[in-house]
Amino acid sequence: MLALPTAPAPAPRRQLFVGTALVLAGATALVGGLLALFLRFRSATIDAGESWMPEDYKFSMVAANVMLISLLPICIFAQWAVYSAKRDDRTHTGLALGLTGLMGLAFVNAQAFIYATTAMPIALGTYSVLFYAVTGVSLALAIVGVVFCGVTAFRYLGGRTTDREIVSAHAMYWYAYSAVFAVVWFVVYVTK
Amino acid sequence: MTTIDTHATSAAPSGAGLASVADWVTTTDHKKIGRLYIGASALAAIGAIVVAGLLAFERTDATGTALPIESLTQLFSIYRFGLTYVVLLPLIVGIALCVVPLQVGARSVAFPRLAATGFWAWFVGSVTAIVSIAANGGPNGGNTRFVDLFMLSAAVAILGVLATVVSLATSILTTRAPGMNMRRVPWFTWSVLVMSLTLLVALPILIGDLLVVYLAHKYPSTSELSGNRAIGEWAEFGFTQPTTLLFLIPAFGFFAETVATATRRRLTPRGTIFAAVGLVGTAVYAAAVQAPVIIRAGFSGLSGSAKVSDLLPFAFVHVLPLLGAFLALALTAQGLKHKPGLNAALAFGLFAALLAVLGAAGNALYHIGDAGLMGTTFEEGTWLAVVYAGVIAGMGAVAHWGPKLWGRSVPTKAVLPLGLLAFAGAALASLPMMIAGFADQPGGVFPVIEPGVPGAVQFEYSGPSELWNFLSLAGHAIVLVSVLAYLALAIRSFAKGDAAGDDPWDGQTLEWATTSPAPEHNFAQLHVVQSPEPLLDLKPSNRSDA
Repeated sequence: MLALPTAPAPAPRRQLFVGTALVLAGATALVGGLLALFLRFRSATIDAGESWMPEDYKFSMVAANVMLISLLPICIFAQWAVYSAKRDDRTHTGLALGLTGLMGLAFVNAQAFIYATTAMPIALGTYSVLFYAVTGVSLALAIVGVVFCGVTAFRYLGGRTTDREIVSAHAMYWYAYSAVFAVVWFVVYVTK
Repeated sequence: MTTIDTHATSAAPSGAGLASVADWVTTTDHKKIGRLYIGASALAAIGAIVVAGLLAFERTDATGTALPIESLTQLFSIYRFGLTYVVLLPLIVGIALCVVPLQVGARSVAFPRLAATGFWAWFVGSVTAIVSIAANGGPNGGNTRFVDLFMLSAAVAILGVLATVVSLATSILTTRAPGMNMRRVPWFTWSVLVMSLTLLVALPILIGDLLVVYLAHKYPSTSELSGNRAIGEWAEFGFTQPTTLLFLIPAFGFFAETVATATRRRLTPRGTIFAAVGLVGTAVYAAAVQAPVIIRAGFSGLSGSAKVSDLLPFAFVHVLPLLGAFLALALTAQGLKHKPGLNAALAFGLFAALLAVLGAAGNALYHIGDAGLMGTTFEEGTWLAVVYAGVIAGMGAVAHWGPKLWGRSVPTKAVLPLGLLAFAGAALASLPMMIAGFADQPGGVFPVIEPGVPGAVQFEYSGPSELWNFLSLAGHAIVLVSVLAYLALAIRSFAKGDAAGDDPWDGQTLEWATTSPAPEHNFAQLHVVQSPEPLLDLKPSNRSDA
């Protein structure tokens, strides 16, 4: 029979971290594809001499800007959680994850506020369809981030304090999401 | 050094009746999840090829319709969606899920529950999508609610496959055996990694487009995104080439794997073949642009800058994948000069790679405006070459790796003629469609069959086109016969055939270092890998090229 040298089980190779990175690559492609459609139709509409954004509907730029700004503390808190977890500081890790989740909920709330105050029907036309598709997917990704934060907190605070990889993967999720949302913010809310 | 003769307990006993069903439904064993994918897509293949045959039969007589005209649009949708997302993609992903963790020496796949969830999401989504098309939904259906349901369920099915793909790619990147760096991964594993990474870019874009057209369809307005036509227009890229070529990338890895095994030598040049397989992945640009990339008709009359603006994207989207496919085939085939032994999987691998190159070449030609092929059945011919290449690769892969899944093997001499038959059928199904395209037979990814309606495909043609359609019908029939015969042979062999032995093909990679069938956790011990062909290192008689 065949004889190969054997070895003890190798140290974990950041499986969750890599998996999260791959999911983020897919999420980025999803939002990127939607933004490409948004810009394509925007360009065609403007070239035809028509107005792209319906004039009867205005959304709150304050809320949109707050969403962008809130991602900065989210990233800081997520990194704080990583820093604390590496030092086995459960209290600060819990606090950092809690604040991340709270800010994430505030982010979701701001998007809901924009939907409620704009009150734009989906059936208005191409703009509204693409607006809701882009911002809806972005919102869904933010909700996934909040759920991820909750899972991370439950796992870590539930006693699996050696499982620091999930805390790192969680932080990476928010970094990547922040980059994605910054582009969404610029294209949908600033460029319009 | 440890002798690998463990014959550790094979897969956990499944029990009987409901317990067995529950075991399969809740399993997180990658080999079982992979077999679920393979089994479901094999069943779907029979149905989809029957539909393909019906449509080919319908087109043998251009002046009348044998099938109810109102059902043709739906049948074309089932044909396209079914063969692409219910047969080709899940078959390849299922085989990869069975084999890749074994090849990289891992005890399990990464995120096994994600892989299992992915299978069930794909399964439910696919069944719902097919049912919704049959209920007058689908891309060109008349029932609004079922059209909406089709888009949602298609998105769910694709999302499910993506979940499994994440699991696969993570396994390759993180669970390789000690010493197995990326240059030492097996051929098939490398090709699966390329496929996985490209699908992670391409398929989310398709899901996004399905979401947009769903919203526009569900909430109708004057938007150009509303209405059925938008579905075909914006989601079309996901159902044709070169996107479908991405699904077939593992066929090149499988071919290389079989050449190395059959010749009992190290296949070289390793880096160049890896690069060639990677080059096929540049087809992902097609998804990024979400529209056909063409060289406009009247190209010679265009200005210099206009020519460049046509040629550059065309080269990226169509020429590079073709070049990669051709190089992967040609460089791998170089290994055949070392007189391979009789190996059924090798024949299947060669046939699949040949058809893939045919499909890639046809795809490049189709997108040249001056060839005058756009809107014809030429596209269908190239797509069929790719889809049937995937089916043939799947048949070969099951014959090759079947011992690791079932502990028994399919007899080589019985399965070899079926491979030849399937290849002949695939060529006969696809090539006449391409020729009919030169004769301007109208086609389309999701054609609307509405006599007298402007813009709809009329299927009014005459002359030799009827002959080409008849030949294509014969091709589908031959493929169907070969698939059915293969399934019967495989089921009988895997259930009652001879025990295969742990290394029946004199393999080179780690999957052949464990028992047949592989135990639940694949390996009794983790192996250290010191070359790309760890088992070949242990077989001095085979080291003539070492």
